Amino acid sequence: MSAAVATAGEARAPVAYHEEVVKKFVIATVFWGVVGFLVGVVIAFQLAFPVLNLDLPWTTFGRLRPVHTSAVIFAFGGNALFATSLYVVQRTCRASLFGGAALGNFLFWGYQLFIVLAASGYVMGITQSKEYAEPEWYVDLWLTIVWVAYLVCFVGTLIKRKEPHIYVANWFFLAFIITIAMLHLGNNAAVPVSFFGTKSYIVWAGVQDAMTQWWYGHNAVGFFLTAGFLGMMYYFIPKQAQRPIYSYRLSIVHFWTLIFLYIWAGPHHLHYTALPDWLQTLGMTFSIMLWMPSWGGMINGIMTLSGAWDKLRTDPILRFMVASVAFYGMSTFEGPMMSIKAVNSLSHYTDWTIGHVHSGALGWVAFVSFGAIYFLVPALWKRQRLYSLRLVTYHFWIATIGIVLYITSMWISGIMQGLMWRAYDSLGFLQYSFIETVEAMHPYYVIRAFGGVLFLLGALIMVYNLWKTIKGELRTEAAYEEPAHVAAGAAE
Amino acid sequence: MNKHAILEKNVILLAVCILVTVAIGGLVQLVPLYTMEQTIEKVDGVRPYSPLELAGRNIYVREGCYLCHSQMIRPFRDEAERYGHYSLAAESMYDHPFQWGSKRTGPDLARVGGKYSNAWHAAHLINPRSVVPESVMPGYPFMAKTDLDYADIADHMRTLRIVGVPYTDEEIAEAANDVAAQAGGESGDAKALLARYPKAVVGDFDGDPSRITELDALVAYLQMLGTLVDFTDYNPELDYR
Repeated sequence: MSAAVATAGEARAPVAYHEEVVKKFVIATVFWGVVGFLVGVVIAFQLAFPVLNLDLPWTTFGRLRPVHTSAVIFAFGGNALFATSLYVVQRTCRASLFGGAALGNFLFWGYQLFIVLAASGYVMGITQSKEYAEPEWYVDLWLTIVWVAYLVCFVGTLIKRKEPHIYVANWFFLAFIITIAMLHLGNNAAVPVSFFGTKSYIVWAGVQDAMTQWWYGHNAVGFFLTAGFLGMMYYFIPKQAQRPIYSYRLSIVHFWTLIFLYIWAGPHHLHYTALPDWLQTLGMTFSIMLWMPSWGGMINGIMTLSGAWDKLRTDPILRFMVASVAFYGMSTFEGPMMSIKAVNSLSHYTDWTIGHVHSGALGWVAFVSFGAIYFLVPALWKRQRLYSLRLVTYHFWIATIGIVLYITSMWISGIMQGLMWRAYDSLGFLQYSFIETVEAMHPYYVIRAFGGVLFLLGALIMVYNLWKTIKGELRTEAAYEEPAHVAAGAAE
Repeated sequence: MNKHAILEKNVILLAVCILVTVAIGGLVQLVPLYTMEQTIEKVDGVRPYSPLELAGRNIYVREGCYLCHSQMIRPFRDEAERYGHYSLAAESMYDHPFQWGSKRTGPDLARVGGKYSNAWHAAHLINPRSVVPESVMPGYPFMAKTDLDYADIADHMRTLRIVGVPYTDEEIAEAANDVAAQAGGESGDAKALLARYPKAVVGDFDGDPSRITELDALVAYLQMLGTLVDFTDYNPELDYR
């Protein structure tokens, strides 16, 4: 018996994983995260204090807002997805990266070039004006090349695998890579004015362009910010909790229903517009159905802690991951609710939408990424543990308070402004002029900006902690100890 | 569920199944939208942008105005009273890309044309707080100081023709003259311009007749927004869809 185990162990010869490229992506994730959060704080203050626009072309809200959204979605989120997917696919396949260090480095530098080209264009006023697809045609073409290389690298590694089954996290990563390719090509079809110029015109027009844009835009959320990060959840939560995924069957149902239903939800961004009613109704219906697979995934993630809940007391990294899934559950309930036309008639065009996006982006996307980064840095740099777990706890609470301030202030300002727009006085006249509703937003814009400052502060604590970890230092601090009754229970 | 193992062991099959699964929703929603005749209402008056309006629209896009201003009035009583008749799909049929927006940090602009004077717009764009003290909009003083670059405006119109905007050869040939004519210069012929682009607003928009600036173009664009369709002879019952 023991001999059989020994031979099986020998058969699992160690694989030389390509980890240098993962390290680079981790560093880029942290760097762009801080940049994205910082620009977010700047534009939040611009809305509260317009003098901060500085009257210069390069510093107005209109040019900096795409820098913020692209920096957090594509630079922070994208690098986090590259780092984790390339780490996970090698480990779960027991295969080294297809294309090796050369392809890995091309992906890394190619993707960073995409980010720099896009962001530098925005501040110079080069934009397609399609939300989350602002880069002009030449940047889109470059991203297409990088993305095809990513697909080749990922699929190639899957084909090389020594494990018989493809692990569930890789299904989500694969769906994310394929779907983003489809959306990118469809939404960005454009004809440049000249070969040496930056300006192009989108092939689609008016109502059809609007529908194509939100087919893209909603599924940038659905596949870039959800499916990819669910891949993260399916690997790092079981690893950190040292428990298997709660339900394999639920994973299968979750995966196929989520990717099928998400694509249909785009029209809820266009309720009560000139989009034909049949499409609005279809979009609303599928958005509400989408609640089910979303919560199925949430349950699968959270219930993985079944039997290990006590770890939340002693492991702040796991706390980040579990809180992220809780935020995912909250924002995937809020989203279907806001897609109901009656609710949307109030919430659309207001800050409620902004608050909803940030409960997903800060609470879900950023928190699960922070958890994965705190897991990866000691693993990649071969350190005993992080420099400090206490600092992770500080990061967690400061960032959480920041999110709460952000989303509650946006709920209040959004619902208040929506109600003020439709308020009538006793004589049957509109009660408020538009500018009165803008004035009423001011205190909430200040609170929101302060929430953003806290979130940024938390990220800076993380930078310090990771820097010390990579240097190989260990902070002298009291370890988190299990409560007495848990320790006693384990001893019995 | 055991059958799922087939997909878990075959990368290419898994990838193909994913692609089919994610393609269905988009095909069902997008293909009819492009092919059904009822998608865009049949109304009179909608025309391509004049060259100056097009240049102004490109500035609107460049500055990211759509991030705070919608151009899509919804069919509600309060929006009708605040902004005017609800927007039709036909009114943005030549918009590449659309500018409906998704947030109203500032008011909707779908029918802002003609609501304020040129002088108000110029003052407001240079310093919004000079006319609306509570405004949180950025100032754009540089637009009044920057000459409009319209040397390649005909190329822009040619590109738009490729993607479906019906600019004629004459309109493209006269593009630069039309810019000058609409911005109140001496060289152009406003009558010919108005024949090509009915309801175009002609004038010196920025208060400085000596030159054509970016501010001229942007105000010319704002002053035509939502003015093309005559709603007195519009019958919405023909457009149930």
